Amino acid sequence: MNIHEYQAKEILSGYDIAVPRGRVCLTADQVERAAKMMGGHCVVKAQIYAGGRGKAGGVKVVHHPEQAQELAKELFARKLVTPQTGPEGLRVRRILVEEAVEIAREFYLSITLDRGASRYILIASAEGGVEIEEVAAKAPEKIHKLTIDPLTGLRSYQARKIALALGLSGSLCEDCVELILNLYRACLEKDCALVEINPLVVTRAGWLMAMDAKMSFDDNAIFRHREYPDMVDYSQLDTLEITAGKYDLAYIKLDGSIGCLVNGAGLAMATLDVLNECGGKPANFLDVGGGASREKVAEAFKIILQDPDVKGIFVNIFGGIMRCDVIAQGVIEAANEVHCPLPIVVRMDGSQVEEGKQLLMASGLNVQCADNLGDGAQRIVKMLG
Amino acid sequence: MSILLNKNSKVLVQGITGRSGLFHARMCREYGTQIVAGVTPGKGGVHVEGIPVFNTVEEAVRYTKANVSMIFVPPPSAADAILEAADAGLELAVCITEGIPVRDMVPVKRILADHKMKLIGPNCPGLITPEESKVGIMPGYIHKKGKIGVVSRSGTLTYEAVKQLTDAGLGQSTCVGIGGDPIIGLNFIDCLKLFNEDPQTEAVFMIGEIGGSAEEEAAEWVKAHMKKPVAAFIAGVTAPPGRRMGHAGAIVTGGKGKAADKINTLRNCGVTVADSPTRMGEALRSALGKGKS
Repeated sequence: MNIHEYQAKEILSGYDIAVPRGRVCLTADQVERAAKMMGGHCVVKAQIYAGGRGKAGGVKVVHHPEQAQELAKELFARKLVTPQTGPEGLRVRRILVEEAVEIAREFYLSITLDRGASRYILIASAEGGVEIEEVAAKAPEKIHKLTIDPLTGLRSYQARKIALALGLSGSLCEDCVELILNLYRACLEKDCALVEINPLVVTRAGWLMAMDAKMSFDDNAIFRHREYPDMVDYSQLDTLEITAGKYDLAYIKLDGSIGCLVNGAGLAMATLDVLNECGGKPANFLDVGGGASREKVAEAFKIILQDPDVKGIFVNIFGGIMRCDVIAQGVIEAANEVHCPLPIVVRMDGSQVEEGKQLLMASGLNVQCADNLGDGAQRIVKMLG
Repeated sequence: MSILLNKNSKVLVQGITGRSGLFHARMCREYGTQIVAGVTPGKGGVHVEGIPVFNTVEEAVRYTKANVSMIFVPPPSAADAILEAADAGLELAVCITEGIPVRDMVPVKRILADHKMKLIGPNCPGLITPEESKVGIMPGYIHKKGKIGVVSRSGTLTYEAVKQLTDAGLGQSTCVGIGGDPIIGLNFIDCLKLFNEDPQTEAVFMIGEIGGSAEEEAAEWVKAHMKKPVAAFIAGVTAPPGRRMGHAGAIVTGGKGKAADKINTLRNCGVTVADSPTRMGEALRSALGKGKS
C-alpha cells in the first residue's frame, strides 16, 4: 500500500525527523493561499503514487502566490506521466505547498527489504537526488549498504559508520545517527515495505531535513494499523482495481479484449503468456485466489464485464481440491446473474471434470469447454476472430 | 527415496481446529499421510476426527513422536507457530498460512538459522511425495510416483506443471511448493541440493515467476553443482511492468527480476526452459534427452 509524500512526512515528523513546513491543498485557490502563507517563494509538489515527478514537471519552485495558483490549475487538469507511473500517467488530486529551503548538501537514504538476505537493508549515498539508480549502476562504491540483523537491531555505531561515509562530521554526524535510528524505528513500527528520503539535505542553516519522502506499507500488516485504510487516495487507483481489492481479488487492467479469470497468480500470468503466444490480447490480469470460491468467481465476472474493451472471457481454473461441477455451477450462476452476453471459454481441471463440462454445455450460455490450457487459449482467440 | 517427506513421516497440524486446518488435515489423511496430532492453544484434550489435540507442539511431540508440522495458524500468530515448531525439535514445518507480515518473518528466518528444523513456505501449497505422503493443500490425484523432482514458487501453476508431467508419463519423486512470499524457508537452491543428493530423483522441474532474483541464483548453482538435468518455466513473460515507488527496490535487485533476464540466465546455465506453459512436460523430456545440465 502506497501513501503520498505529505503523509510520509507527517509520519517521519512523528519520529523527530525534520521536514519543511508545508500544507496539503485540494484546489488551486488553496494552493494560492498556502503559497501566500509561505511568503510567496515556495515549492509546489504534485502528490501522486509514483516517483520521477520533478522531471515530469510535477515539482516546481514558484515566487508568487499567483504563479503557484496557475501551476496548480495546470497540474490538476492533466495526468502526470513519469518513468514510474507507466504510460497511462496518474491524475493529480492533491498538491503539497512547502516552504523553499536553502540546500547545502543532498543525500539519499532508504530502508527496504533485501529479499536475498531476508533482512531489512539500509541504503545511503552522498550522491542524493534524482539520478540515484544511475549512481547505483555506474558507481556502486558510492552506495553504502547495511543489512540489519533483526536480533541486534540497528546499532548506533553502525548508523555512525553510514553517517561518516556520507561525509558528515561533528554534531551533524551525531544528528544523522539519531535520524537513521529513528528511520529504522519508523520502518518497523509502521510495517514499511519502503521508506525513502531522497533527498535528505543539510540546509544552509545547518540542519538535517527530509526534503522528499516516499513510504509504502506491507499489505499483509494492514491488520495491525487501523488507520491505514483511511489513508488511501483512491484517485491514484484504477476504479476496477479498487472494486477488485474490496473482494480480495487481484486485478490489473491491460489493453486487450480477452477478459481473463484465473485462480492463482502464477497460473494467471502463464495464462496471459499463452494468450499472447496464440495471438490474443488479454484485457486484464485477474487472480480469484487459489480456492476460487463461488462468490469470488461471481464478483470477478462483474468486474471483467465492466471493462468495455472485453469481447470474450477465458476462464482458466485449476480446481485442485475443488470439484469441477461446483466450479461450473459457480461460473453459470455468475454469468447468469450478470447477464453475460459474451462468448466464454472455460478450461477447468480438478475432480468431476466431465460433470462440470456437461453442466456448462447444458446451461444455455455462449460457452465452450476446453480440454487444456493451450486448447482453451486457442479457442477464445479463434472465437473472437 | 524422496526428499523431506515419506510414508513414515508423522505429521501434526497446528491450527487443526480452524476450518481449513481441519479440512486439509482430513484430505491429507485420506491421501495416506500419517496425521498423528493437532495443536490449538486452549483446546488441548479434545479429539477432532479421532486426532488428539494438544495445547502446545512440545506436548504433541512428546506423546505422538511427530516430526513434521503443517501450519494453518492465522497470520497474526503464524510466526509464533513456526518458532514453536522449531523449538519443539521438529524436522520440518510446512506453513500454508497466507498473509504473514514481513516484519514478523524477518526474525523468524534469522532464528531458524540456529535450528535444525527446515521451513517450507509460508504462503505455499506445501509438499507431496506421491503415493506416500502429502503435507499441503494440493490435489493429490494429479501426482504419480516417479523420478522427477518439482520445485516451484507458485501454487496452481505447479498443479498445471505436475499434471502435464503425469500426463506425459513422468512421475514425481517429491514436489515442493516453496511459496511466493518475500521471505520463505527453503529456497530453490536448498531444494535443488536435496534433489541432487536424492537417488530416486533423476531430473528436476523448476517453476519460477517474475520478481526477485531467486531463479537467477538457482541457475548459477545448477551450472556449478547440479549432476542432473533441470528444466524450467518462468511465468510472466508478457506481464506489464508495474507502477513502482522510489528507487530502493531497483538498487537492491540491480534491475533483475524480469522474465526475459531469468530465462536467459537459466538457458546460459544449461537449464532447458519451456517457451510456453503448455509445453512444460515437453521441456522436461527434452532436458532428460540432453542429460546433465
